[in-house]
Amino acid sequence: MIVPLDEAVRELVHDGDTVALEGFTHLIPVAAGHEIIRQGRRGLTLVRMTPDIVYDQLIGAGCAAKLVFSWGGNPGVGSLHRFRDAVTSSWPVPLEIEEHSHAGMANRYVAGASGLPFAVLRGYSGTDLVAHNPHIKSITCPFTGQELAAVPALNPDVTIVHAQRADTDGNVQLWGITGIQKEAALAAERVLVTVEEVVDTLDPVPGQVILPARVVTAVSPVPGGAAPSYAHGYYERDNDAYKAWDAIGRDRAAFTAWLEELAGEAPRTRPQPAGRAL
Amino acid sequence: MTTVTWTADEIMTVTAARSLRDRMACFVGIGLPSTAANVARRTHAPGLWMIYESGTLGAVPDHLPLSIGDGILAETADTVVSVPEVFNYWLQPGRIDVGFLGAAQIDRYANINTTVIGDYDAPKVRLPGAGGAPEIAASCREVVVIMRQSTRAFVERVDFVTSVGHGAGPGDRERLGLTGAGPMRVITDLGVMEPHPETRELVLTGVHPGVDVAAVRAATGWDLAVSEDLALTPEPTTEELAVLRELTGSA
Repeated sequence: MIVPLDEAVRELVHDGDTVALEGFTHLIPVAAGHEIIRQGRRGLTLVRMTPDIVYDQLIGAGCAAKLVFSWGGNPGVGSLHRFRDAVTSSWPVPLEIEEHSHAGMANRYVAGASGLPFAVLRGYSGTDLVAHNPHIKSITCPFTGQELAAVPALNPDVTIVHAQRADTDGNVQLWGITGIQKEAALAAERVLVTVEEVVDTLDPVPGQVILPARVVTAVSPVPGGAAPSYAHGYYERDNDAYKAWDAIGRDRAAFTAWLEELAGEAPRTRPQPAGRAL
Repeated sequence: MTTVTWTADEIMTVTAARSLRDRMACFVGIGLPSTAANVARRTHAPGLWMIYESGTLGAVPDHLPLSIGDGILAETADTVVSVPEVFNYWLQPGRIDVGFLGAAQIDRYANINTTVIGDYDAPKVRLPGAGGAPEIAASCREVVVIMRQSTRAFVERVDFVTSVGHGAGPGDRERLGLTGAGPMRVITDLGVMEPHPETRELVLTGVHPGVDVAAVRAATGWDLAVSEDLALTPEPTTEELAVLRELTGSA
């Protein structure tokens, strides 16, 4: 249950898998993404509502064959240049994209978590997303005759999230902005959670989400594993790191140097402080 | 009386802030919309209920967040809900008064593009994509757009309709089943445009002090109509500027 990150990634993430590393600005599983890069996974279908710099890194490293998403950017800074380079120049490998709106992606996860084949929402009507995505269709309400949007359930092979705490049995606790993590975990075949710390008992926190151990495949202790995003109650978002990524991501040579440096780092099996502690 | 100087960006943000009324529920995008909403809340609209798509309802940040999910939003919110709840329980049923959006491109009918410049399959520029905007533009009671004006951004037809404004003209929103009124004001660094009540085409209804109508038309990629009753934007007040500059750190 409680396993080192490198071992968990080796066992749970395979070439060609559909993998969702979720997090809405907060609690982004960055260390897990880096471990996927380090282990050289290929042909992944990466899923995320808001792919940010760790997805830029995974794409630039050539791990992904496809990206399913609704907003891809460096929040508050600008564009993802590795993502742009893959879409416009197929560098380092071609990247197929499937894009939705946030409402569509959120409902796809809800359907996946609910064991339903599709979700219904009021959305997409009149947009050009419909013509460019075969996974957006319309459906007539059998009760009112209203035309609504239908999107297929999203069921990742593996969902990876980062949380503040787990107990020794593998029950997971997260709080603050909890985004889409519960739905993404419950929709997945396998669930890997990296945590700031493993504790004996989980003291209740207002607004918490609990992922019971029975839906969690593995927990890996990785203190600082969400940096440069943040972990509410543990450390703040390192906005400077997001700004600094822009220059690295823009340039293939600078990115390649970054990648070599990452490959040379030891896997995150032992606690190391990261981010700016509170 | 002293003369207060201000920049084009500052009058744009202040004018956008003035579009928000006290106690409105406002769906806030990051960047210019967030700055304007936070100016409004600190001036004439202290009861503005700001919603960020990360799930923070009623956030009252003491500084401008860099992203829609900064910790300061969660710490100060009335409640933090999941992402499906924001879109399904709050936005979709029409509980939000105003959606505040930015755009890379906008067209004569206020349709919005944040997806690609050029052809979708071989884009000249790949932009971040839709995010929450398509449903914000569809389901908020009304939409306010804030963006800088140039012929690159104000185009006859957007390269990609990410979010529907007034479609191809009268009746389109109703035909598409979009429940909100759509973009009712587009505020730029040069002036203010609003849809014509009948044609739904954007019409220049206001200019900022010192801006010629000809300059606004020259910065627009279609033959922009001008209202007979053209307004002149009141200058930013000392208080508005002080609040804005404190927020953006340019005091």
